[in-house]
Amino acid sequence: MKTITKSIITGGILALSLGFAAHAGEDATLTVNGEITLPVRAAAPAGSPLPELFSGWVFRSTETQAMQMDDFDNPGMIFVDQAWEAWSTPEGSAGKSCADCHGEPESFAGLRATMPKWNDEAGKLYTLEDYINESRVKHMGAEPWKWSGGQMTGMTALISLQSRGDVVNVKTDGPVADMYEKGKEIYYTRVGQLDMACSNCHEDNYGVMIRADHLSQGQINGFPAYRLKNAKLNSVHGRFKGCMKNIRATPFKEGSDEFRALELYVASRGNGLVIEGPSVRN
Amino acid sequence: MKPYKLALIPTALLAMTSFAFAADVGPSDVVFADGAVAASLTGVAGDAANGRKVFASRKLGNCLACHVNSDMPEQSFHGEVGPALDGAASRWEEAQLRGILVNSKNTFDGTIMPSFYRTENGVRPLKKFTGKSILTAQQVEDVLAYLTTLKE
Ligand code: HEC
Ligand code: HEC
Ligand code: HEC
Repeated sequence: MKTITKSIITGGILALSLGFAAHAGEDATLTVNGEITLPVRAAAPAGSPLPELFSGWVFRSTETQAMQMDDFDNPGMIFVDQAWEAWSTPEGSAGKSCADCHGEPESFAGLRATMPKWNDEAGKLYTLEDYINESRVKHMGAEPWKWSGGQMTGMTALISLQSRGDVVNVKTDGPVADMYEKGKEIYYTRVGQLDMACSNCHEDNYGVMIRADHLSQGQINGFPAYRLKNAKLNSVHGRFKGCMKNIRATPFKEGSDEFRALELYVASRGNGLVIEGPSVRN
Repeated sequence: MKPYKLALIPTALLAMTSFAFAADVGPSDVVFADGAVAASLTGVAGDAANGRKVFASRKLGNCLACHVNSDMPEQSFHGEVGPALDGAASRWEEAQLRGILVNSKNTFDGTIMPSFYRTENGVRPLKKFTGKSILTAQQVEDVLAYLTTLKE
């Protein structure tokens, strides 16, 4: 059996270099608007099971890659524009807008690169969506947004954009250590009728074609991601849900503790990559 | 004569279907020897033409998700997660191939390849797939009949 596994691994590496040749080339950099250079590979953080980190952008087709290289061609930017409008629109019983309390979106520079993080006051691990909805409910007296609805993904895109190029640096110790362990366990648990764990595809087989799809490391530094498949911005939890359904597993709920824990673990596997959101994917 | 004949036909059909199912080996009753399964799961010879369809179908075998198969140039995308299946029947005995299909994990420890005739798979299966194998016993026999045509 050993030899077979070995030959698969070599096959994987071969496919990886082939994949790069067919797509961006191993040293490809993602340059946006001809001026912002975003490194798409990084040294793996200490303790990582991966030899090196790659952004999901590396594994996409040349055409899909190109869409992310110009903000005018990136369809995700339409939703960022809509979020700009929402930013300064008063809502809720307090009659306030985000701008009234937070000024410009730039005030959130760097925030996305640390998400999800521990919220001391709430005594809980918070994602960007949690913070936004808390502001809406607690500070604005407005209805919370749907986790993966267009208003929420637009706003997370606008906020992520303020961290574009910032190195992902998610904390995994201290009060979030338990959630990190929980997320890790979920990542390696085989689920569904097809009986696969996240790791089977995104750790053992990245760089390899799975039917028509080029497998990436399943990183989330590019989220929210505009997908050509559904022509909208997709949340991190929405993507997790889709992968679980594909392996015929009952997904956890968006915003559940399980997906929060998984988001923390997956985000930390990308510590060292840079924030790209909103990215473009197929 | 007429009513008598009519009455006979449904009984015969009924007998045939129940016979086919009674002969199926249930997913938990399959007997393995070193990863291989010698006995047919159904006692009915596999249909290679149907097996070829099951192999390519994204809803059924979806074997092309992970395997290149030169015998299917009409299918545009062949995955590379597993080895190419060209000549698979020259590398493996029929009983070994049946074993790989029924429960790949018995041959390849910890493999990503799904077990196609097993009901205890990953946790949290979607409701409509709970307690169900990916393929039926006859579909496994059909895919097997197709695989045995893949000789070097
Ligand atoms: C009435 C004032 C107020 C309004 C309006 C408001 N927020 Fe907040 N927001 C706060 C306060 C106070 C905090 C910090 C305490 C907390 O977490 O609740 C905060 C925290 C945040 C954070 C977390 C920041 C960090 O560094 O951890 C985000 C993100 C955020 N708000 C987004 C928004 C968005 C988007 C809107 C508009 C939809 C909005 N807020 C509207 C008061 C407001
Ligand atoms: C059967 C293989 C498979 C499994 C198992 C799987 N995925 Fe995926 N996943 C894919 C494919 C295919 C894509 C789209 C191409 C790519 O980016 O890899 C994808 C994409 C993703 C992406 C988007 C990456 C990007 O750059 O846009 C994330 C995040 C992700 N998966 C997370 C997960 C998580 C978490 C799990 C476990 C719950 C999981 N996946 C399980 C196949 C899989
Ligand atoms: C999710 C990916 C995946 C799917 C789907 C899949 N396989 Fe496999 N298969 C593999 C891998 C990987 C191996 C190599 C064994 C290992 O894991 O080390 C393999 C090995 C095999 C082998 C032995 C290969 C050889 O010649 O040495 C056969 C035969 C086989 N698979 C047949 C099938 C058939 C038939 C189907 C569809 C009913 C199928 N596989 C579906 C991944 C897959």
